[in-house]
Amino acid sequence: MHLSSLLDIAADALGDRVALAACTHGAAGAGGALTYKELSERVDAVARHLAGAGAERLVAVDVNSEAVPIGLFGAARANIAYVPVNYRLADAQLRAILERAAPGLAVVEPSVPPRLGGGVPGLSLLSRDEFLAADGPARAAAGEGDPEDPAVLLFTSGTTGEPKAAVLRHRHLTSYVLETVEFMGADPEDAALVSVPPYHIAGIAAVLSSVWSGRRLVYLPQFSAEAWVDLAAREAVTHAMVVPTMLGRILEVLVERDEQLPALRHLSYGGGRMPMALVERALEQLPHVGLVNAYGLTETSSTIAVLGPEDHREAIGSTEPAVRHRLGSVGRPLPNLEVEIRDHDGAPLGAGAHGEIWVKGDQVSGEYLGRASAVSADGWLATNDGGWLDEAGYLFVEGRLDDVIVRGGENLSPGEIEEVLLSHPAVADVAVIGVPDEEWGEAVAAVVVLVESADLDEAGVPDEDSLRAWVAERLRSTRAPGRIEFRRELPYSETGKLLRRVLKAELGAAPPPTP
Amino acid sequence: MDLKPGSRWASQVCATEVVVVRSSTEPVSLECGGHPMTPVGEDRATDLALDPAFTGGSLIGKRFADPESGLELLVTKAGEGSLAVNGVTIPLKEAKPLPSSD
Repeated sequence: MHLSSLLDIAADALGDRVALAACTHGAAGAGGALTYKELSERVDAVARHLAGAGAERLVAVDVNSEAVPIGLFGAARANIAYVPVNYRLADAQLRAILERAAPGLAVVEPSVPPRLGGGVPGLSLLSRDEFLAADGPARAAAGEGDPEDPAVLLFTSGTTGEPKAAVLRHRHLTSYVLETVEFMGADPEDAALVSVPPYHIAGIAAVLSSVWSGRRLVYLPQFSAEAWVDLAAREAVTHAMVVPTMLGRILEVLVERDEQLPALRHLSYGGGRMPMALVERALEQLPHVGLVNAYGLTETSSTIAVLGPEDHREAIGSTEPAVRHRLGSVGRPLPNLEVEIRDHDGAPLGAGAHGEIWVKGDQVSGEYLGRASAVSADGWLATNDGGWLDEAGYLFVEGRLDDVIVRGGENLSPGEIEEVLLSHPAVADVAVIGVPDEEWGEAVAAVVVLVESADLDEAGVPDEDSLRAWVAERLRSTRAPGRIEFRRELPYSETGKLLRRVLKAELGAAPPPTP
Repeated sequence: MDLKPGSRWASQVCATEVVVVRSSTEPVSLECGGHPMTPVGEDRATDLALDPAFTGGSLIGKRFADPESGLELLVTKAGEGSLAVNGVTIPLKEAKPLPSSD
């Protein structure tokens, strides 16, 4: 299927339902709510403009707004790719990415044109207001688009070398939607709050899922926990997706304001490791909300495994350690996908064995612009994530294999050590990284954030030795960090990823990252 | 008939439209109202009529699955005709919550 068909079908079935909540910013005349029929008409006008201008791609360097769904579907209707880019990138990196994204038309945030100096060859810049009001000459009905065409290009957050753009074709994205979202499954009052940035795969998936199910999309231009809570309360939001760092802040604001968000039913989180204590707090604080942990990659058109609300309740209510432990898993693979754990040589491993996560299915792209596909001839993609499956098929993700610490020939997973340290009552957050070591090649270092000392019981503030002993007792002594540093906080990207490379540089284990 | 996942098909004798969610394990003929369905957007025959043996109707938003071939369809537009594979009406799929994460 084509993204254009996805919107056609929804607009036919749900024409008068509100698709986009009234926005507080945007073009003159915009700002009002749009029904599915009106969204489709706006998308048509934008597609006429793109076709009339001969644009080869629609680039967006902007905050979240109604221009995201209109741009995504407008590009699809015009049969060109939508390319959302992070406007917060440093000037040089932004320019490098835009040069690769050109030629085309770019919707940009006001701060962007001055930063680009003389502009980017082949790229015409348009403000969001101009874009939302755009139209073009009438054109012949385009007919069903080709599902093989690229729908979205997403530049990954790679920090060194040339920026890589993941290619997601229409068939990848629509396969994900057909397999996971109930068509017209939403109640008329359902609303989805989108606060993940549009250049993140979760921001794209949120638009598609919302439209296919018939929800009202509510956009938060830029995340702050206060604004998120305000908007969720005002719009009676029922569905939302957040990254771990967002959830922690949101829970704090809810406590400060004694706010319950009674309309909220479904809160999913993903995009980075979620401390188990935070999940437990969310379950306790929002008992009426179904929590969903989602794991996926850009290259897999978002989610490939889900820990659903029932899984959460079952795990938290269980006295059996193996079941309880599943709260730290990403749940079970989607039924239409195959997931395997494999060893270094690509041979499948059984339950309980640690290895690399491999995935196969219709939503898996594994393709980068200008490069050979990373998908094997028989359809499998190696994710470069380490992990394992338990007996019941729950998937545990241990982090990027690039982060594995090789100490004296033994492979140590930072995720495993981090999990143990996080289970210490005095540890609020932790990052485990490898640092160069003359004797072992690499040694284990831990950067620890302690909970507020006021919250500590008589066990008191742990020292390095007691944390080492904590790990050695639960794993083995080779996994106990030789070096432990205490910090006030850890560096995270705005999409919730722990920036290990920054810590590595700070601990003298790697050259400083390029901006 | 290339019933690829994601492909869209229209009835020739009623308003029914479907999208293929899962393809069949072997080639089959997909029919609605007693006649083969055609790709959405293509011309349909003008001389065909709804076969009274296939008037159970299709329901929008519902999934139909053929236990024989594994073909699974989602109805995106309702119509009077019933869906069939190789001349045999196919049943509504038991509703099972989908694993949505959004």
